[in-house]
Amino acid sequence: MNLESLKPELEAAIPGCRLEIISNPSPSGQHSLLISPEHALDLATFLRDAPHLRFDYCSNVTGVDWPASALPGKAKPREMEDGTEHDVDEEGEVQATGYLEAVYHLYSMERKHGPVILRMRTENRDTRVHLPSLTPIWRSADFQEREIFDLFGIIFDGHPDLRRILMWDEFTDHPMRRDYVEPDDYEYEPTAHDDVLRKTMHHYSGNA
Amino acid sequence: MAKESPRLDIGSSERFLMDEALKSELAKQGIFTTSLQELYNWGRRSSLWPLNFGLACCAIEMIATTMARYDLARFGAEVFRPSPRQADLMIVAGTITKKMAPQVVRLYNQMPEPKYVISMGACAISGGPFKQGYNVLKGIDRYIPVDIYIPGCPPRPEALIDGFMALQAKIDAQQLTGETRPRHLNAAEPSEFPVPKFGAHDLEPSQNPDTWHPPLVNITLADNDESGIA
Repeated sequence: MNLESLKPELEAAIPGCRLEIISNPSPSGQHSLLISPEHALDLATFLRDAPHLRFDYCSNVTGVDWPASALPGKAKPREMEDGTEHDVDEEGEVQATGYLEAVYHLYSMERKHGPVILRMRTENRDTRVHLPSLTPIWRSADFQEREIFDLFGIIFDGHPDLRRILMWDEFTDHPMRRDYVEPDDYEYEPTAHDDVLRKTMHHYSGNA
Repeated sequence: MAKESPRLDIGSSERFLMDEALKSELAKQGIFTTSLQELYNWGRRSSLWPLNFGLACCAIEMIATTMARYDLARFGAEVFRPSPRQADLMIVAGTITKKMAPQVVRLYNQMPEPKYVISMGACAISGGPFKQGYNVLKGIDRYIPVDIYIPGCPPRPEALIDGFMALQAKIDAQQLTGETRPRHLNAAEPSEFPVPKFGAHDLEPSQNPDTWHPPLVNITLADNDESGIA
């Protein structure tokens, strides 16, 4: 599916819709379409129902955590001449807080084409993490949106049954976030190294 | 004069030890001799009924072990009981997620004494390949006492049968009285174990300190270690 031709068509069909093509430089070349959350339901309905598109099958929904330090512009802090590190920061406030992403992979069983990959971004990572749920459009997104809610903490508005699915209800963390700190229940590792060794040293220094 | 009453010491093997040659000679004459301890242990080891209970891929091997080709029934594990009230042996076959751990402990508590636990496979022993995960319990021995550990990922049916026979040998060798008597004959030993609660970050408690003693290890770094941790 050619996103370059799909993008203007979607923008014409849904007024006010902001779209952006995120290109994937890897050999797979699976480029994706960044959509604005407020138009997501209209856009998803159009993708599903337009007779020449008919994306009737949502095969996969997943989450991505983008803390500020992992954003492309900030991935490599530049070493300056005076020896101090300066972050590359030219995109303002969003870059400073980072965001969470939900990614949808769509196929058409009827037209036999796909995938089209949609992305939605939250405004930041802690206070404004709401996204519209696409479960009313694709029923198969139900459990996977619950999983993203559980592991990343994105709140899907309009989801029929938004509960934790893998961890227990009393659990308060989001384990797939990059800044997740796991509980210190360390046990002996025969070949501890790097992160595991760091955990070992922390565990035994704390209990000494 | 107070006569010293003979204490029934069915457990001390020295006192009731019978000459093996005499025993075998009597058996040839149709006279069967035994001790209560032998009889009791024989009864326990020959009818170990496992709990019908699988957690992950190890359970597939456990099922294969009970089927015609390996036929665990030869060893007295004739029926897998679907109720903990009727089972003697819990085969913890598979990964124990932290969400499942309280149920495993609760099932163990519901089993009547005498009861035994086989920890089957790398996951049930230590968390296995998922040890570093946020959602996997690092071994069921954190909460309940384990009799036999069977390493493997998953262990083959032969390994399970070997572990089962090791448990039978262990039961056979038990003294019914004295310091080394089995847990279920010692009133001071607990029969039920605390069920962990779901906490905000982890199970609470994350282990039972009465049951589980973490191994003490010395961490030494090689001289040329370049991990930057010292």
